[in-house]
Amino acid sequence: MEQIIANGLYLGAQYALIALGLTLIFSLMNVLNFAHGQMYVFGGFVCYTVVSQLGLPFIVGLIASALVLGVMGALIERFLFRPVIRRSKRDESTMLLAAGIAFFLDALILLLFGEKQRGVPKIVNGVFNWDFRLIMPYDRILIGVLAIALILGFILFMQYSKAGRAMRALAQDRTAAQLMGVDVDRYSMLGFAMGAMLAGLVGALLVTITGVNLGMGGPTSVKAFLMIMIGGAGVISGAIAGGFILGMMESVGLSVLSSYGDVTYLVIFATLMAFLAIRPQGLMGKPWG
Amino acid sequence: MNMPNQTQSRPSLKSGKALSMPRLLGVATFLAFVFAGVPMLIAASGRWDFYYTLTSVALLSIGAAGVWLTFYIGRINIGQGAYALAGGYVSAILITQVGVSFWLTLPLAGLFCALISVLIGLPILRLRGVYFAMVTLVLTEVARLTALALPVTHGAKGITSIPMPGALSVFGITLIPDFATLQNPRQAFYFVAATLMILAYLVMWRIVNSRLGHLCRSLQQNEELSASIGVNTAWLRVLAYAISSFFGGVAGAMFVSISQSIYPSSFVVQDSVNFMLYCFLGGLGYVFGPMLGTLLLYFGWDLLSATGRYQLLLYSGIMIALMLVLPNGVLSLFDRKEGGK
Repeated sequence: MEQIIANGLYLGAQYALIALGLTLIFSLMNVLNFAHGQMYVFGGFVCYTVVSQLGLPFIVGLIASALVLGVMGALIERFLFRPVIRRSKRDESTMLLAAGIAFFLDALILLLFGEKQRGVPKIVNGVFNWDFRLIMPYDRILIGVLAIALILGFILFMQYSKAGRAMRALAQDRTAAQLMGVDVDRYSMLGFAMGAMLAGLVGALLVTITGVNLGMGGPTSVKAFLMIMIGGAGVISGAIAGGFILGMMESVGLSVLSSYGDVTYLVIFATLMAFLAIRPQGLMGKPWG
Repeated sequence: MNMPNQTQSRPSLKSGKALSMPRLLGVATFLAFVFAGVPMLIAASGRWDFYYTLTSVALLSIGAAGVWLTFYIGRINIGQGAYALAGGYVSAILITQVGVSFWLTLPLAGLFCALISVLIGLPILRLRGVYFAMVTLVLTEVARLTALALPVTHGAKGITSIPMPGALSVFGITLIPDFATLQNPRQAFYFVAATLMILAYLVMWRIVNSRLGHLCRSLQQNEELSASIGVNTAWLRVLAYAISSFFGGVAGAMFVSISQSIYPSSFVVQDSVNFMLYCFLGGLGYVFGPMLGTLLLYFGWDLLSATGRYQLLLYSGIMIALMLVLPNGVLSLFDRKEGGK
């Protein structure tokens, strides 16, 4: 039981970080970022390159992933999304662009890093063992703690910094924020960069444990969509809740339903459908937000 | 906003009700090209593999037509892969385990998909915008997992060595010969797929220019408003979604008969996304947008295979560039003449 909860929390912290980036981009620009999973994989590969190929410490890899993805996000917003959003008649056109970027990143990852599964060596050795009731390797604990620290840092940033306040204002009402003197273009770019950076950070964190490979992008995006549907799209608290709920459901499902075969996700999807029929906007979302 | 003339109130759709002479000529040219021009060109160039490519284009564009119809009621459907998979499995199971003729399973697969889409659509069609898009995306994953878990689908092993479509005869007259006896089944499949595609787009064109189409358009523009003047929005949404899924199922069933096998991974999330991309690229304002989008993207992908490992890079690069130049789809080129909307 303790084991299931600990696993759920650990998974949930990772998931929440992924969902945060996606929901941030969505709330600011109304863009459903299909490329989020690919950004996550890209971050993992950057960290792998820095740590395993160049032999630098893990923290450098983590920072490098964050920087590379942050810059990439800013450039994507500035040169791709901004002109398309301005000129297209429908919001949905950005979906095609986002999917195109997802393909592009996939191709880039294939050319730059190859198709092999990559990982970095354990950063901390040893296993935490509490009377065989709760067994968890130390590196997982470290990654989980780091993820939670990042989530807290993100919340504090959004809550108290000037940029965070500006972005929240943008998410609430774009026109009103502009009227109050918020530089819409600048903060959209910053928001997109931060969303991409979060994806890169999770990739860098998880490369130490599960490794990364080219095929992980799409499924990760689907999971991230699930989370923000549970919590409500475009709401930060919703993304965090959605992440932890999905992590917990996966952890519980894998141990309870294991005798019935691989049906955990089927059950999660069915539950989600029923839940959305009752509450279409998710736990904390605004209706049709 | 109140335009006295009915045809003027549809700026983005140029298809009038009356079949004018140039339009009739255009359709005739198109038909002649599909059924006579293409086979002649292929015979001349000797690229017999293009038959397979073009068959795929025809079938995918049927699925994309369905996605387009869901867009017509203001919903972004990224779940067409789920119905293609379901339709494929229905056809495969009926042929191999019940022994039904393939030609009968084709409409049955469509009907089955329409039926489940009603059941699924009733709750999820209340969602809008990205919520609906995300749920439908997840739906494809559900379909794949269901196919893995159910005993009748044989899990990951899938259903293989499905026989070729048999002969179809009505009142003793053989309309379609047995595919197994044909010298060139590829060509036969192409003709069947092209016929299906043209039928599907005829239906679409008819729907869009009917009362149903006008009502759908009112839904796309403002659902509350159209509900307030007495349009039964819930019924319309489910109807459009069912027709859309019918197309998906038929396309899936036909695909299965060509590849003679089906696996849970035959249609995945990527395919669902592709169906949506075909629609968007062609342009959402035109009935024939999805057909053009499918042709461009699928054929382009096929042609780019000559570039080897840079295929995906070039393909996505071109897609992004196209989006930057024509954010409203390729057919939006024709919008300019009518001035700003």
